[in-house]
Amino acid sequence: MVTLVTDPSALQILWFALVAVLWIGYFFLEGFDYGVAMLLPILPKGDAARKETERRVMINTIGPVWDGNEVWLLTAGGATFAAFPGWYSTLFSGLYLPLLLVLLGLIVRGVSFEYRAKHNDTRWHATFDWCATIGSFIIVLVLGVGFANFVAGMPVALAGNGVTWVMTGSFWSLFSWYGLLGGVLFVALFATHGAVFLSLKTDGEIRERARGFASKSGLVTLVLLLAYVLGLQLAFPASDNPWVNGLAVTACWIVGVLSVVALAVAWVFNSKGREGWSFIFTGVAILTMLVMVFIKIYGTLGFDSSAAATPLDMTTASSSPMTLQIMSLAALVFVPIVLCYQAWSYWVFRRRLSNKNIPVVPQFLAAKPKNA
Amino acid sequence: MEDAVSIARWQFGITTVYHFLFVPITIATSMLVAIMQTMWRRTGHEKWLKLTKFYGKLFLINFAAGVVTGIVQEFQFGMNWSEYSRFVGDIFGAPLALEALLAFFLESTFIGLWIFGWGRLNPKVHLASIYLAAIGTMISAVFILAANSWMQNPVGAIYRNGRAEMADFGAVLTNPVFLATFPHQLAACYMVAGGLISGIAGWHLWRASRAAKGLRVSKKTLPAGQVVTAEDSIREASTWRTGMRFGAITMLIASLCVIVSGDILGKEMVKVQPMKMAAAEALYQTESPADFSLLTIGTLDGSKEVFSIKIPGLTSFLSHGNFSERVQGINDLEKAYAEHGFTRDDGTKLALQQAYASQLEQYGLSSVAPIIPVTYWSFRLMMGLGMLGAAISVVMLWVTRKNKPAPTGRWWPVMCAALLFLPLAANSFGWIFTEMGRQPWIVAGVLPTSAAVSPGVSAAAVLFSLIAFTLVYAAIACVVLFLFVKYIRLGLPDVSNHSDDIIDGDAPLSFAY
Repeated sequence: MVTLVTDPSALQILWFALVAVLWIGYFFLEGFDYGVAMLLPILPKGDAARKETERRVMINTIGPVWDGNEVWLLTAGGATFAAFPGWYSTLFSGLYLPLLLVLLGLIVRGVSFEYRAKHNDTRWHATFDWCATIGSFIIVLVLGVGFANFVAGMPVALAGNGVTWVMTGSFWSLFSWYGLLGGVLFVALFATHGAVFLSLKTDGEIRERARGFASKSGLVTLVLLLAYVLGLQLAFPASDNPWVNGLAVTACWIVGVLSVVALAVAWVFNSKGREGWSFIFTGVAILTMLVMVFIKIYGTLGFDSSAAATPLDMTTASSSPMTLQIMSLAALVFVPIVLCYQAWSYWVFRRRLSNKNIPVVPQFLAAKPKNA
Repeated sequence: MEDAVSIARWQFGITTVYHFLFVPITIATSMLVAIMQTMWRRTGHEKWLKLTKFYGKLFLINFAAGVVTGIVQEFQFGMNWSEYSRFVGDIFGAPLALEALLAFFLESTFIGLWIFGWGRLNPKVHLASIYLAAIGTMISAVFILAANSWMQNPVGAIYRNGRAEMADFGAVLTNPVFLATFPHQLAACYMVAGGLISGIAGWHLWRASRAAKGLRVSKKTLPAGQVVTAEDSIREASTWRTGMRFGAITMLIASLCVIVSGDILGKEMVKVQPMKMAAAEALYQTESPADFSLLTIGTLDGSKEVFSIKIPGLTSFLSHGNFSERVQGINDLEKAYAEHGFTRDDGTKLALQQAYASQLEQYGLSSVAPIIPVTYWSFRLMMGLGMLGAAISVVMLWVTRKNKPAPTGRWWPVMCAALLFLPLAANSFGWIFTEMGRQPWIVAGVLPTSAAVSPGVSAAAVLFSLIAFTLVYAAIACVVLFLFVKYIRLGLPDVSNHSDDIIDGDAPLSFAY
């Protein structure tokens, strides 16, 4: 494969890095609220009333923050659109059906959290709980398959007009062994991340059960993550990518190994009951795993342009210098502000929740006017 | 390919009109609830707290639906309209990214803080949260309207590297179409929220009036077994009166702003998209002066009129500010396009329109007129339904002046219900007019809509997603309506146990899902 590498501008490199940061922020933050939703049918135990209370404990740990977490995804999408229109347009149209599934998942799980509490009925609750669980599961699974395909490289060709790239692979070609491995890994990884988050944010039996779950799922995830890292390094090594030179190839190896180590450390902390440290290290594992992926797709953006006369890459997909400058200025000013107030909101809701904190009737329903 | 274009357009139309039912409620109700909460803090009067919580709940039911349907909007540009995204991304992408960064983070984080912050934040910070969320929704409107205005009037751009590129970001943000659209849309949002607040309060007030006179008021049995009785309604009457008048006054002021800004916007539209005004009036021949028809019954193909009611010179006035000036007709604009390509009313072109003109031959556009019955009727429905709503708010304020009790007749709840839906429908028709009136262009005078769809996506895939979204959206509509009706009937919440103390330790939270 001979692909011409054009020197990218500093701003193009910056925006590639920023897109990576936004995806990492999204997976780190929303990753655990996907995990919490996936665990809704698994963790609660006991009679119906107790299960209901425990499910509400779980939902309330993410209730105030899930929507803000999801904005990381919207910003990643928006930043890709603004900084690399060629990337955004080819990827989003090329992955049409997978993205449709992600959207449907985002819709049903988003309304679930909000509408569940607004009507007191067992079937109503059960319906929305399943929407939250299945929706979150589908999103994580599809994104896992998608990211594995970025790693493997998705073939693109130029359309008839000579300026538009289209993806040429079929929907089913996404489900290669590596694609499937990526999907399963993401489900296991974020379920574990969510369980560790719950053990950090709850108290009582649910906290113990979350820890127990994480110690089991953590082992499975560790095996999957190891396979995913080795799969990337051996089957789709970064050295295949003409944009990635010797030092970066080594870096790709290092972060991959680090992610496996970080997950192992998280597992050890979890079994010792050090929930805060365990959560930090599942976070580090997610971060380093994604850094590895983004090093692998640096420049090529995860496309295989060998069949295209002009490659679709970081320079050809990019916006003009003026747009990148404007966007850089905005990011420089507003990203720190956003980080501050979002961190502050986590601090406001820092308390652990237990069954005792949950009012008998959701406050939304305690609305009956008092009879004189 | 034609199929893919029309299915993608239907999908955009359905998902966008649906999303935009929630947007105006979100934008304006968030601010009005913030004002209610401020009134409570300022006056200490419990009725304001009740209104804050009551309308706050309706706002949140609406907000959740708005959030999830909004995600589809950002994704579908890339999914269905990838050629559009590639072509305009250098300009259009920036406002979308800025919207997420500056607006979405702000609103989502501070809505979360406001919802769950009762009993966890100190009162001032809690109040500031809802203001910040409301400001976030407005910032969001700024960027998305700037992006849309650029599609109507693509300023500050040049044609380079096979696409539109940014030449002047300042020009995009000071686009005269945007400067007129923003106040027009913002005020239209306040009409919707004002109508929602006064309509619901008006209905409860009517129940109270009937109960006070001993007339029959149906007992509402709620799903949870709770009952709102006539006595409840009477006791709450003064709170509802406050809510009703607050909403109606908001609506009346907003209506005046909509009219003034709409007039300015209309004149800008004539300058940059003369065809849209001709299509709004179904004006085939250039006329000076041009009349405005309130109602036209024509032959089925629309080419000949059978009966009409006309206001002399009004279209001239709407277009140029006087009752005599020339307004270009559809046929003449079509002829002008065939001869000189797309031009503005004064015969000039923008840099991008000028530069891209040579590329247009490949698309072979035979007509540059939109579908006239759609533009003609959506323009009238926008104005007519909006004005009817404004008139109802005047009637409501007049009837309940000087503390007069609300009427007990059956016409009153009909008016209240109309107030909920008229401004919302006017908003929808306004957007249908704006977007359909731009056709056959996706970027006015530059890129045809038919050239903007994703080249690699089959019509079958788009159809599948159209069906999937429509079904899921229909299900959400059922849930939202069910919850709205439930909480509207449930009436004002009990706030007697409200406390500003921060709750800690094992005590139940004052707010939890």
